[in-house]
Amino acid sequence: MIETLEFLIFDNLIYILAIVLGVVLTVAYLTYFERKVIAFMHARMGPNRVGPRGLLQPFADVLKLLTKEIIFPKNANKFLFLIAPIITLATAFAAWAVVPFDDGWVLADINAGLVYVLAMTSLGVYGVIIAGWASNSKYALLGALRSAAQIVSYEIAMGFALVGVLVAAGTLNLSDIVRAQEGGFLNWFWLPLLPLFVIYYISGVAETNRAPFDVAEGESEIVAGFHVEYSGAAFALFFLGEYANMIIISALTALMFLGGWYSPFTGDSWIAQPSIFWFLAKTSIFLYAYFWFRASLPRYRYDQIMRLGWKVFIPITIVWIMVVAVMKVYHIGPWWN
Amino acid sequence: MIISPELFQQIIFYVFATFTIGSAMAVVTVKNTIYSALFLVLCFFNTAVLWLLIEAEFLAITLVLVYVGAVMVLFLFVVMMLDVKQAKASQLKQSYTKAALLIAAAMLVQLLILFAYKLSGEIPSNELVRQEQGYSNVAEVGMTLFTQYVYPFEIAAVILLVAIVAAIMLTMRKREGNKQMDASKQININPAERLRVVSMKAEKATTQAQSKEEES
Repeated sequence: MIETLEFLIFDNLIYILAIVLGVVLTVAYLTYFERKVIAFMHARMGPNRVGPRGLLQPFADVLKLLTKEIIFPKNANKFLFLIAPIITLATAFAAWAVVPFDDGWVLADINAGLVYVLAMTSLGVYGVIIAGWASNSKYALLGALRSAAQIVSYEIAMGFALVGVLVAAGTLNLSDIVRAQEGGFLNWFWLPLLPLFVIYYISGVAETNRAPFDVAEGESEIVAGFHVEYSGAAFALFFLGEYANMIIISALTALMFLGGWYSPFTGDSWIAQPSIFWFLAKTSIFLYAYFWFRASLPRYRYDQIMRLGWKVFIPITIVWIMVVAVMKVYHIGPWWN
Repeated sequence: MIISPELFQQIIFYVFATFTIGSAMAVVTVKNTIYSALFLVLCFFNTAVLWLLIEAEFLAITLVLVYVGAVMVLFLFVVMMLDVKQAKASQLKQSYTKAALLIAAAMLVQLLILFAYKLSGEIPSNELVRQEQGYSNVAEVGMTLFTQYVYPFEIAAVILLVAIVAAIMLTMRKREGNKQMDASKQININPAERLRVVSMKAEKATTQAQSKEEES
């Protein structure tokens, strides 16, 4: 028993460190990738000065942010002001605990994994609200209120999309959800759950406050929203949290709708073997889509965002849950034989 | 230093139980309403940890998801919008204290009746019933909820829905002269009715620009 306790503490610490370091490094190069992608779409060069082809740019940015002074606004609530970025980051990392990278490569293989992920991603809003309130600035508060309303609204559509996945797979365990999609390209859930797939991803973009749903930042109206008063390391944590959330939304979309670690090809060749690289590749598609959206779509108006979430997405998801249930009862397609 | 797992679990329990009670006390004693709401969040969170300790992971996560992730966000939202001034000590002593004490006492008596009298035979007093490793209490909760308790469950859901609709109806006000946007109207606009595209010949550069070129 004592050995198991030691195992729990030390081995898990190593796994946690591996995941966190991996996520942080991915975030660092994600920012580089984002700038390159957007630069490409704008016919610019993007970062190309620090290191070969600008590859060391993320580290230069981190150094710059960490050495900057953290400025506290007058009459700001210091404790909450400091804890807000930590909450954002902690919840973004916590969700990674249940993500299976490959068959069996998961830190906590819990039965209620899907609900856990939903709970953790929904906690991120506290960072935003507390930051907005503690900053003692009207722009920050406005940004926080917009963001809170937006995240709570889109969470409902997101939750319903997850209910569809739950009905389709018959389990809440993320590894089992992927296993339920075993097989090639057509066996994955993206086809029978196509509306839910699209809605989940779009709601995920809204939930992470990214363009075109980034009214919480709204540079042109409220300068930068909830993190307008933040500088230096505190701002860097918000940044890190936002990108970690983007990665987790992309990873979850890949797990639930694109069959996680399974290869799109069938057969016995090396390319048809399930592996972590398929999972990473699928995640990258959605990460790229984030930047694609940002470079090509104008920001939604606030009332349009709310209309889309409540009047378009939620009804579609409710109807499609019924459709999925019927399809499952009648054992349709390659999915529920 | 060697700690047995049982002791370890007990330590965890007492730490989180202390936090739960402490934050629950703070909810009602702190003067700033925002702090109250945040302490309530902390209280829910610690309760979820206690539930995890008795292996009710689905309920624990649902508590976090529903109460912390959604309900308390709206609470905070409202509290921030209301601009409640910090309560003064004189206000705190007034009127509500007696009513609050009465309600608290009533709840305490009810809980005592429930646990000491009604359920005294059903709760194992010394040992927690542990299930095997493959046991999924998500599936168990679902099965019980949708077979044995399906009517209470559905009725509760409908009551909640009615409450939501009623709340929206009560707060919705149509103001005179309020210009609302109708999305379907906006989408179904025919451009030909609104603007006329005129084809023009390309114009030459203005004389000012020409003169500048000549100067250089």
